[in-house]
Amino acid sequence: MAGGFFDRSSIVAPPGWSRWLVPPAALAVHLGIGQAYAWSVLKAGLGQGLGLSGTATALPFQLAIVMLGLSAAFGGTMVERKGPRWAMFVSTVCFAAGFLISAGGIAIGQYWLVVVGYGFVGGIGLGIGYISPVSTLIKWFADRPGMATGIAIMGFGGGALIAQPVEKALLSGFGTSPAGLSQTFLVMGIGYAIFMSVGWLLVRVPADDWQPPNPPQASPGATGAGPAVSASTAIRLPQFWLLWIVLCFNVTAGIGILEKAQPIYQDFFATTGPGPTIAAAAGAFVSILSLANMLGRFVWSSTSDVVGRKNIYRMYLGVGALLYLVILLLGEGNKVIFLIASLLILSFYGAGFATIPAYLKDLFGTYQVGAIHGRLLTAWSAAGVLGPLIVNAVVEAQGDVAGPAKYTVSFSIMIGLLAVGFVANELIRPVDPQHYVPDSERGGVEDAGVKPSEEVSR
Amino acid sequence: MTANRTVLAVLAWAWVVIPFLYGVWSLLQNVGALF
Repeated sequence: MAGGFFDRSSIVAPPGWSRWLVPPAALAVHLGIGQAYAWSVLKAGLGQGLGLSGTATALPFQLAIVMLGLSAAFGGTMVERKGPRWAMFVSTVCFAAGFLISAGGIAIGQYWLVVVGYGFVGGIGLGIGYISPVSTLIKWFADRPGMATGIAIMGFGGGALIAQPVEKALLSGFGTSPAGLSQTFLVMGIGYAIFMSVGWLLVRVPADDWQPPNPPQASPGATGAGPAVSASTAIRLPQFWLLWIVLCFNVTAGIGILEKAQPIYQDFFATTGPGPTIAAAAGAFVSILSLANMLGRFVWSSTSDVVGRKNIYRMYLGVGALLYLVILLLGEGNKVIFLIASLLILSFYGAGFATIPAYLKDLFGTYQVGAIHGRLLTAWSAAGVLGPLIVNAVVEAQGDVAGPAKYTVSFSIMIGLLAVGFVANELIRPVDPQHYVPDSERGGVEDAGVKPSEEVSR
Repeated sequence: MTANRTVLAVLAWAWVVIPFLYGVWSLLQNVGALF
């Protein structure tokens, strides 16, 4: 029966199945949907070929990001119930369909179909796909959840790196006429349908009695099966909202640089060479920031398995604030300091996304961690509005201030936000066991005997 | 892990790593302009 193929019960891993087959399944989905951050290439093509304004060509991407947040928040519980194969399949169908609807829309001269296709339908694919592998990876890698989710969420950063040169090559080959644009979207839709399908074909969930090679150790005197908080309970607890603040402000601070990376570089180094050289270097700066954003997701999230989630967020937020200060005080004309500080800030930005599922698992357990993660991603949507708003509004309000002084106020605001995030992280305490669901209602693999306080307090 | 699963693991990782390395390589083409 068709329904059975997608059921959680039909993808329980047989004995001897390697858990290292699960990260490529997750990556197939995340590398696919990560294309969203390469929208700027398609946007330029649409603007050129269809004569549309920047505002109009930004619409599909903006709607996609809104739908990412909404579908992750509202679809999380269903993703938990239906399982990762169903979620990855839905993500593949929606994301690929978004491109195909857009291709059709361009072909018949109906741009609104690009907005609905890529933005609405494709955006649902983004949200469902983003959360689809999270709880499965955490269950397979209960001993190294930070590393496991770091790999997948690094894929979301890496997806844009793959998509950018591919989109440029397609637009160069087919041209930016309506027919050429339509063909580009068609090829991308088919390509992503094939590429992402490896995810839902390959993914498996662990059997109930499966244990990782080095299961987390129970602390002396620990009782029960560790934390297990439902998504509906989690959003009523202060821990959830403190983490929401942590994620929102960490992301806002990263966007502070990411949003205007090119002009920031040009303003800090305007006097160090001829205009074209500085412009080329500013382009390279944007590229290297993408690399830092991506690598930070894996490196720092994996490190959190060793040093603990609370400590790693102390670094993201506390050191991040100091690095903004360093840029303000020492960054002008000093390329080495400016680069090191910016790259670290962006690595912390990416890592903030990648480490949050493991932090949620420490606090709320694996019971409905995917659904809780989906709800927490609304912090990302809020930061997506807040970050650019602060940087752009402050720079514009300052009028004709030139050079690095343009950024003094906005970077100071970022330092303030990071400080608030730091305090929020300090206030996070283990969840009171009275909020746990009873052992009899739990399903799947749990982290036997691990006291939440043991991991959270580190 | 059986031989078949080893082959599957190699193919699965290659499926995601090769495009990823292509993306990183494309990006690194630009970075020289920074120095």
